[in-house]
Amino acid sequence: MANLLLNISACIALAAIILSLVRLIKGPTAADRTVALDTMTIVSISLIVFIAVLTRRIIYYDVAMVYALLSFIGVVAIARYLERGL
Amino acid sequence: MAVTGAIITLIGSLFLFLGSLGLVRMPDLYNRMQTGTKATTLGSILFLSGLAISQSEFINIDKTIVLILFIVFTNPISSHALARASHFIGIPLTEKTTVDRLAEDEGKE
Amino acid sequence: MQQLKRCFLSFVFFFGLWVLLTGISDPQEIITGAIIACLASSLFWSSTDLWGEVQINPKAILYALIYPFVFAEALIRANLDVARRVIAPSLPINPGIVKVKTKLKSRIGKLILANSITLTPGTLTVETNGENFYIHWIDVTSPDIEEASHQIVQKFEKYLEVIFG
Repeated sequence: MANLLLNISACIALAAIILSLVRLIKGPTAADRTVALDTMTIVSISLIVFIAVLTRRIIYYDVAMVYALLSFIGVVAIARYLERGL
Repeated sequence: MAVTGAIITLIGSLFLFLGSLGLVRMPDLYNRMQTGTKATTLGSILFLSGLAISQSEFINIDKTIVLILFIVFTNPISSHALARASHFIGIPLTEKTTVDRLAEDEGKE
Repeated sequence: MQQLKRCFLSFVFFFGLWVLLTGISDPQEIITGAIIACLASSLFWSSTDLWGEVQINPKAILYALIYPFVFAEALIRANLDVARRVIAPSLPINPGIVKVKTKLKSRIGKLILANSITLTPGTLTVETNGENFYIHWIDVTSPDIEEASHQIVQKFEKYLEVIFG
């Protein structure tokens, strides 16, 4: 029961990634694409932790943490670039 | 216990999905940011804590807490930086917009 | 006294981070962490003057413990509201950028206030300038400064004012 519910939620999260991909392709400006990428990253972090639980590998937690850190730095860098401050 | 955690995870994934749906449906950048990067914050908090509750024997609770705190502290900073940059370079607001005090105040100076 | 307070608060911060990252398993790790946190906080107290603005008294500590729950309640309520707007076929939004004023004086208080406003869906801090915040609001009920401040800022400000001054 619990495993079935967890699998369903992973599928819904995957659908969320696909929807943000639509915005990533369509987005009229660079800032729209950055927002879509940020959303995809947050959903991906949850999915990485899900995979860590599924395959019983604690090391994937560190992957999720580094991914979160890199995405934060990336978004701030893009914002500074758009502002002509970089 | 396992089922309770799984239900929390399911609710979290629904919030993640709604955030992405808003990202596609909203008319301009700022409204997309409202749903895209913030409805997903609560979604991922619920997803991660639901996983920690339902699979507590396989999971590292400390690292889950660090990950949640990290998301909560960095997410507003990055979206604020992006919103400020977008307003600065003049990305237009949607036609439904009622008022823009920031542009008015910038015009005065 | 001021230096001692800063030193103590940075020690609590570093030590908490250490415990979260390593896990509470071994007394040796705890002792090592305490020594390292002590060293780091005594080396860096001069550059952490933000901590000097935190008030330490029973009321402030009580309010600091209550604040996460107040914030969580606002977060969940706002999330349900935005979810309703996203699902509705007619997309009932009424967006705009409003200006609000805050009574908070300390920098760390303003930082936490702006981040709380941004994390609540429906409101997004676009720009800050002294005591004025410019906030993108998904459903503008009133463009007036006082009315908007009352609706967006006040529920957080009441607690942050006691904690940070």
